[in-house]
Amino acid sequence: MSSIKIEGVGKNYGSTRALSDINLTFEPDKIYGLLGRNGAGKTTLLNIINNRIFADEGNVSMDGKTVAENEEAQSKFYFVGEKMLFPDSMKVNKAIKWTGQFYPDFDLDYALKLAELFELPLKKKISGLSTGYKSIIKNILALSVNTPYVFLDEPVLGLDANHRELFYKMLIQKFSEKPAAYIISTHLIEEVTNIIEDVVIIKKGQIIKNESKDSLLSQGYSVSGAAAKVDAYIQGRTVIGMDNLGGLKSAYILGERQADADSELEFSSLDLQKLFIQLTNI
Amino acid sequence: MELNQDKPIFQQIAETIEDGIITGSFGEEEQIPSITDFSVMYKINPATANKGINLLVDEEIVYKKRGVGMFVAAGAVKRLKEKRQTQFYEAYISRLIKEAKKLNISSVDIIAMIERGYDNE
Repeated sequence: MSSIKIEGVGKNYGSTRALSDINLTFEPDKIYGLLGRNGAGKTTLLNIINNRIFADEGNVSMDGKTVAENEEAQSKFYFVGEKMLFPDSMKVNKAIKWTGQFYPDFDLDYALKLAELFELPLKKKISGLSTGYKSIIKNILALSVNTPYVFLDEPVLGLDANHRELFYKMLIQKFSEKPAAYIISTHLIEEVTNIIEDVVIIKKGQIIKNESKDSLLSQGYSVSGAAAKVDAYIQGRTVIGMDNLGGLKSAYILGERQADADSELEFSSLDLQKLFIQLTNI
Repeated sequence: MELNQDKPIFQQIAETIEDGIITGSFGEEEQIPSITDFSVMYKINPATANKGINLLVDEEIVYKKRGVGMFVAAGAVKRLKEKRQTQFYEAYISRLIKEAKKLNISSVDIIAMIERGYDNE
């Protein structure tokens, strides 16, 4: 399977610059986390890749061919977005079978097995489903289509903790048994930290980080202790954020952790969510 | 086991399996769960679980049988105990001393506490 190449993609909504010079490659058989704050441009990017809207500049391609208006390329993608593309009056079981007709590798038995696990009411109309169950049916389809690329935009929206846990487990099991590329856009960073392999962070329409999660996490750390000591330590270092609590101070730093560190200071690694918050603040 | 972010996840997976071997949950020459089982159980990327298990394969604690699965090597318990013993000072004692010094607890006091606790546990 080929990679998806995104080159110089830009998009404007009126006078608002939604995306600017996006360069990115999605490789097969990997789980990506597409992270960004509200309005950063994640959904716009997913919409462009999946032929829902057009880019104003640049190109998305596979094997040198643009994927926009390219049915062959689009048949390799499955996109779970905010919108439901089924008629409101359609029943759940009909919607599942209907999807199967468009995707030759759709696994109906597996979809029905998942429906049972999630206790999805098959005979209900789509319009009668709660927000959570609307997410669930979309996710079940995404895990059953067997396309090489699956894009999930906020897949756990409205799901309770039990269903989120079940979804992540099913996703991992599926990925482990039949690898494909999963590109997951989510605000629940902590929940996907251990699942994703690569991280793409978008801030105000631009990519600020695009690398393996392990390498990204190795770039940041925090140091805490007496304010004066911390202030002395951070001299000449790249500080991306600070917290104060009385005479105590924590500083978030980009760079390699120094081994010869002061023993009165407390050093710890930054988790992905903390790093994300510091990198995307303002 | 709960995963935390203080240590790389693959290392925590390796340590969990090591603990299982040391305590006898996974016996020598017995099969251990698959990469998929571990990944789903801990909700981690299979590549991470694989990396953790490969640490144990490299140390010859676990071996892979093609198409069958993964097994605990003979002699694994003894080797793991020896490894943990050599790491004991770094992992526990040096941290204990650091904390004790912060609280002005003398080495005599620590030894007394250890002796008291050792008999009770």
